Amino acid sequence: MHSSTTSLDTGALPREGATRTKAPARRQGVAVALEGLHKSFGARTVLHDVKLALHAGEFVAVVGRSGCGKSTLLRAIAGLETAEQGTIAIGKGTIAASVRIMFQEARLLPWKTVLENVAIGMPRSLNAAAATLATVGLADRADDWPAELSGGQRQRVALARALLHEPELLLLDEPLGALDALTRIEMQQLIEALWLARGFTAVLVTHDVQEAIALADRVVLIEDGRITLDLKIDLPRPRARGSVAFASLEQRLLGHILNHPPAPAVAAAA
Amino acid sequence: MSQQTRPSAWTPWILPVLLIAAWQAASQLGLLSSRILPEPWAVAKAFWTLAVSGELWVHLRTSLWRAISGFAIGAGLGLLLGLLTGSFRRAETLLDTTLQMVRNIPALALIPLVILWFGIDETAKLFLLAVGVFFPVYLNTFHGIRSADQGLIEMARSYGLSGWPLYRDVILPAALPSILVGVRFSLGLVWVLLIVAETISAQAGIGYMTMNAREFLQTDVVLVGILLYALLGKLADLLSRGMEKHFLRWNPAYR
Repeated sequence: MHSSTTSLDTGALPREGATRTKAPARRQGVAVALEGLHKSFGARTVLHDVKLALHAGEFVAVVGRSGCGKSTLLRAIAGLETAEQGTIAIGKGTIAASVRIMFQEARLLPWKTVLENVAIGMPRSLNAAAATLATVGLADRADDWPAELSGGQRQRVALARALLHEPELLLLDEPLGALDALTRIEMQQLIEALWLARGFTAVLVTHDVQEAIALADRVVLIEDGRITLDLKIDLPRPRARGSVAFASLEQRLLGHILNHPPAPAVAAAA
Repeated sequence: MSQQTRPSAWTPWILPVLLIAAWQAASQLGLLSSRILPEPWAVAKAFWTLAVSGELWVHLRTSLWRAISGFAIGAGLGLLLGLLTGSFRRAETLLDTTLQMVRNIPALALIPLVILWFGIDETAKLFLLAVGVFFPVYLNTFHGIRSADQGLIEMARSYGLSGWPLYRDVILPAALPSILVGVRFSLGLVWVLLIVAETISAQAGIGYMTMNAREFLQTDVVLVGILLYALLGKLADLLSRGMEKHFLRWNPAYR
């Protein structure tokens, strides 16, 4: 059986080579449908009747002011919060789709090496973990402790950890919020490249309008728990931030957010 | 000036050596009566005599055995119950109030009761040691489990970990720094309790050796006993530091 050396993952292959030869099959993402989603914490309603449909493989950014409910929406899709009303349908419904979430903090286990962190939940696939680590450019840090990495590197490890499970739906909860501007742009490019290569459905929660426009097919604005704007971004990729079209979209979106200051607490007074 | 930048391994020993030299000098100049404090040389000779006759090793072995078994019982139970109450709310409601009440009784206050219960044999000493060592380990284990990072637990759950793998890979390592603080505290406490337990009633052990020597005014032997306790305490400290260095090597603070 000497077919081709390329498909064999012997573990003896150099990690860099493993990624070239064993590129993950481009997988179709899953469609997601939210219907009449309602969620409240005590007396405070965080999500009002949210309805949102995502095509398979679509990249949707959810923007809004802090506390508008965008993170809760993402956590509800991830199953980390339970909505009181409404339905969340991910994929065809018969087979549980593979959903992974990236948090604001990297949430790496400090007592496991970088490689072991990537392989969490799949401890037997250390070779695949090494290959995934190489796709985020950290092959040489596999045996280091997470404490020895920079913030951006930690988020890259978290990204590799999510990708190892070959998610059909990747949820990103402001994962770049704490990074410096340059690292941020690098990470955005990395996420975009991986999304283009693998074709998963992605939902990115962010308060950075520019980041949303740079990455997403569609930008959804949430205000006070309601979707108030659903904007299609038709710019060709890779997107140049300086272009006129980009800037005008950014202006439009920012204008929309800023012209709608948070509503006075009518509900709280009632 | 280069010596100042990298202190040699001998630096910590400068002060003890100076103290012993001063002590020896004071004894030889007649400033210290040998009944109050014998000269270091006499202590060393007493140590040698005891070591050669084999008496020292008998006492040392007895004391070490007591310390290790008392520690193992107390710390083991503390770890077990701490893990139990830390992990299960039901166990906490059932046990914690009782344990908190018992905790406030100083272990040494139990001596009269312990003598009534167990007499003056080995069981009484082990009981005292175990009770004293139990609480630091119990409290720190409980606290460590409870203060495990919820974000990490949530992440691990969302990556499919649950049950024993979640416990082994996330909750237990998160609690480990706190558990080791408890162990270190207990290892220090075990000698204090041992001294008291052995001076009440014993037929062997370092405590017995010192009490016996006091009856015969052998101050040098008393000092040998005291120095042995200091040495054993240092040894226990080294052990717990070694454990921290090994188990917490991922933590930059312990490297």
